[in-house]
Amino acid sequence: MSQPREGGPQFARHRLAMALAVLSVVLVAAGLGAGSDGWSWPRWDAADAALIVGQIRAPRSLGAWLVGALLGLAGAIAQGLFRNPLADPYLLGSAAGASLAVVLVLAAGSLVGAVTVAGAGATSIVGAAGGLADGLARLGLVGASFVGALGGVMLTLAMARGAQHTARLLLAGVVVGVVLAALGDLVASAAPEALRERQSFLLGSTGFLDWTGVALLAAGLVISLPLAWRLARLLDALTLGEDTAVSLGLAAPRWRLLLVVVLSFATGLAVSQAGLIAFVGLVAPHLVRRFAPATNGYTVVASAAAGGVLLLAADVLARVLIAPQELPVGVVTAVLGGAYLLALLQRTRAA
Amino acid sequence: MKASKRPIGTGALGDTAAPGDLAASSHPKLPPTRLQAESLQVRLGGVTVIHGVSLEFSPGWTAVVGPNGGGKSTLLRALAGLCPAQSGEVRLQGCALDAWGAAERAQQIAWLAQEGAAGSGKASDWGGELTAREVVALGRLAHRGLFASLDARDDAAIDAALTETGSIAWASRSLATLSGGERQRVLLARALAVGAPVLLLDEPTTHLDPPHQVAVVKLLRRLSATGHTVVSVLHDLPLALRADRLVVIDAGRVRADGPSHSPELHAAVTDVFDGAVDIVRVADRWTAVPAL
Repeated sequence: MSQPREGGPQFARHRLAMALAVLSVVLVAAGLGAGSDGWSWPRWDAADAALIVGQIRAPRSLGAWLVGALLGLAGAIAQGLFRNPLADPYLLGSAAGASLAVVLVLAAGSLVGAVTVAGAGATSIVGAAGGLADGLARLGLVGASFVGALGGVMLTLAMARGAQHTARLLLAGVVVGVVLAALGDLVASAAPEALRERQSFLLGSTGFLDWTGVALLAAGLVISLPLAWRLARLLDALTLGEDTAVSLGLAAPRWRLLLVVVLSFATGLAVSQAGLIAFVGLVAPHLVRRFAPATNGYTVVASAAAGGVLLLAADVLARVLIAPQELPVGVVTAVLGGAYLLALLQRTRAA
Repeated sequence: MKASKRPIGTGALGDTAAPGDLAASSHPKLPPTRLQAESLQVRLGGVTVIHGVSLEFSPGWTAVVGPNGGGKSTLLRALAGLCPAQSGEVRLQGCALDAWGAAERAQQIAWLAQEGAAGSGKASDWGGELTAREVVALGRLAHRGLFASLDARDDAAIDAALTETGSIAWASRSLATLSGGERQRVLLARALAVGAPVLLLDEPTTHLDPPHQVAVVKLLRRLSATGHTVVSVLHDLPLALRADRLVVIDAGRVRADGPSHSPELHAAVTDVFDGAVDIVRVADRWTAVPAL
């Protein structure tokens, strides 16, 4: 793909690792400081500042990095698994599954919400009841999108009868994606109140991340990253062909299935906390391979860091670009990611 | 014509000094290995490709020759346990291959894919990012599995394999940037790095220029001298005739099997190639020339 640079591949890999570490630290700092103009506290004293930074900006910044990391990790696995640079974490039905589950919860929630409001009657606590329903709905959404994402992938795996044939898996993923998306549309058209919320879920948002979310995301990364790092050696062996991998004593179908499980777990967790954030999972592995071609193990770990850097950068941009307004972070990643892929296309055409 | 062409593989290495031809390696002598095919029958896509082949391999170098589509590669894959037998079986050390655990079998039998066959690791867009050394290191997965780290012993085996194939010079270059011949030697080193007593090599000399073909042949002889069981499919008849033993495969059956100097065997080779080659004697060696 690229010529060996000065100092060889090892040098490039170390350089990228350093750059990602430095960028992560700088961006977390930026995430703690940025966005004050955009918040609705035009004048805040020291106590407020601690609250804002400690309870809002810190979990949001760390959470954004972690969501990006999980997406980058999942994207690197997907691209290595399908040997396709256009593969992304949402490929195997997780996006459509999560989206459908969210619509179902919203539709059910709007039903329950209507009942709650009716029950509250003409009293003055309508607002409070509404707030409670919102909180419950939020909790329900996190769980539902996680279950939905995993359910979508399981459906894909069932249709493809396991992970033995990657082409079949890919095809099943496309079919599941289309069917579940259609079902989601059907439910949304029956319960139009769900449409607006669904739209914001599809765009993705880092605005809801709290410390609980950060803890969950961190735990997920701690579990999935070492697993993916080791399983990535199977992907290395598979570049020499399935037969060669088997001749090395590797049970390719079994480990590939575990890779799909790790991929869908990481994706489901990210989606449950931040919705369907576009392009991070697609672009992060691209960037890593471009700057430091390496084994799949390195690519998976570095893509996680690159995904974290990308989403956190997008989040900071989303907060400050049109302050005091805030852009949906999904829009920022889509624009940046799209621009990057376009640039890549131009470069490839020129080469 | 016979005398004017100096056949390849007659030890004409003195002035070329192939990088692969390093000082004889210090392999410890291995305990004797036995690999047997017993009435082996293999079907691929509804077509019987191997018809009841019985062969036995012990330490030494065997070359498998025969026309295209005759089932040579399939036989090798079946011997490696990579395609299931319809009937009959492959036995390693007297024990059915299926009864061996995947890891133990992988440590006993190293298999090299035919370069250019589907998914054989040729320079595709994907996978070319690995350096030559990282590709060779994959051979050690047979011992370490996916989860254990490689240790100093693995590093030594990787270095030895790179050295023996003359690939050490580009160990840190990515596979995609190597020429066909360089890549072929890296892939051969990958098979050597397994450190298995049985080596099943499908066309190990593809893409190699004469000096490196000779170097590979010398390497195979060295391996067989240290107790390895080497079975290689070879299209290059002059090289194959340097093997200890020749197995002629045609239409999924063994047509001849014997020492590479035997006249009956030479007749069988000429026969399966429709008389397109002559096996002739040049100096004290046998070689094959096109019958033009």
